[in-house]
Amino acid sequence: MSATNTTSADMPAVRMKGVEKWYGEYHALTNVNLDVASGEKIVVCGPSGSGKSTLIRCVNQLETVQKGTIFVDGIELTAGPKNVEKVRRDVGMVFQQFNLFPHMTVLENCTLAPIKVRGVSKAEAEETARKYLARVRIPEQADKYPAQLSGGQQQRVAIARALCMNPKIMLFDEPTSALDPEMVKEVLDTMIDLANEGMTMMVVTHEMGFARKVADRVIFMDKGEIVEVGEPEEFFSNPKQERTRTFLGQISHT
Amino acid sequence: MIRPFGPNEFWFIVFAVQWTLLLSAVAFAGGAIGGLLIALGRVSDNKVVRYLCLGFIRLFQGTPLLMQLFLVFFGLSIFGFGIDPWIAAAFALTLHASAFLGEIWRGCIEAVPRGQTEASWALGLSYFDRMKSVVLPQASRVAVAPTVGFLVQLIKGTSLASIIGFVELTRAGQIINNATFEPFKVFGLVALTYFIICWPLSIYARRMENRFAATARR
Repeated sequence: MSATNTTSADMPAVRMKGVEKWYGEYHALTNVNLDVASGEKIVVCGPSGSGKSTLIRCVNQLETVQKGTIFVDGIELTAGPKNVEKVRRDVGMVFQQFNLFPHMTVLENCTLAPIKVRGVSKAEAEETARKYLARVRIPEQADKYPAQLSGGQQQRVAIARALCMNPKIMLFDEPTSALDPEMVKEVLDTMIDLANEGMTMMVVTHEMGFARKVADRVIFMDKGEIVEVGEPEEFFSNPKQERTRTFLGQISHT
Repeated sequence: MIRPFGPNEFWFIVFAVQWTLLLSAVAFAGGAIGGLLIALGRVSDNKVVRYLCLGFIRLFQGTPLLMQLFLVFFGLSIFGFGIDPWIAAAFALTLHASAFLGEIWRGCIEAVPRGQTEASWALGLSYFDRMKSVVLPQASRVAVAPTVGFLVQLIKGTSLASIIGFVELTRAGQIINNATFEPFKVFGLVALTYFIICWPLSIYARRMENRFAATARR
């Protein structure tokens, strides 16, 4: 590809060009083109099976694509496994099911990757971890195991764990969908803090209140396609596409 | 000339248990190393490695242990290696244990939720760190009970080494029986000795299984 030599300075944080993905016969992503600027907050929404999770999972190559190119921070992800490792170091991810390591304490969860991948000392990694645990407002839980925490606390640990790698981009794959309702807010508040600090974020969520408050752009996907992209005000009050209107009509008016 | 079954005969059999234990220990240790490699090969991204390991497992699961012992014992001598029954038995049982432990541990590795691997990827962990720090520690909790269960099978399996002439517990029993013609006493003692070794292990395995089931429920 001709763009391989472009430096990160004039590249967006994420650039997807002509991305196609199939699961066997099933067309999961159809001609996806998307640029995410550094510092931008993108909310991706859409009905289940629309490909929204698949889209953000392509950014750190948890899903591979069959066609198209993906650049993350100027590095061509689709060019080979070496680049994949490089990109993953700088892209944090938060999962629906938290995916904390159950056999490690909260602190160990947060220090494992910095020690193993970044090569920082244990003392330094622990200091960083405590800093981020304080920022997600659970400094006192550092020595507990994940199973001893509530869902909301676990998800905040997952956010802290990702932040300990000092990522340039954060991906959130339905971070509040597995939580009890009373715990949704504490996680969203943490994400709002993060957004206010200028983090580049791509968030798959059904929390439209969060989208209104935080998103620079909202993306609506259906059947593997990006149907509509717009600023939240415009997107919610005046959706252009019929499919978007139908979807927004179906979800609760928040 | 028939000897009576006296204390000498008794102790000859009981002392032979050390060779049974040693053979079991060597085969188990070797099988643990081989089994880990086979298990990792079975969950590898590389298709060729995966199928080679599968073939290895199928070969040893699909043939009797006795044939495996014969093939190694007689096979090694064809290639000009000495036919020391001790080496042949240790080698054959190691291969056997590698295949079975490999298959058991593959299942344990696959029992670790997919999300753990994805989280490791997302954090940029290397294959080595992902296995060592995330996947294998979790798999090993599930593995304790079936592994001890297999160890019991392996200990009993060492009795077949008697057929290629390795003097362990069973072979010692045969030798004494040939001199005393008291098969019921002799093999009763042999069986009891196996039982005394294996029974506590079985209890331990069951206890670990229950404990794991309890933690899984929590």
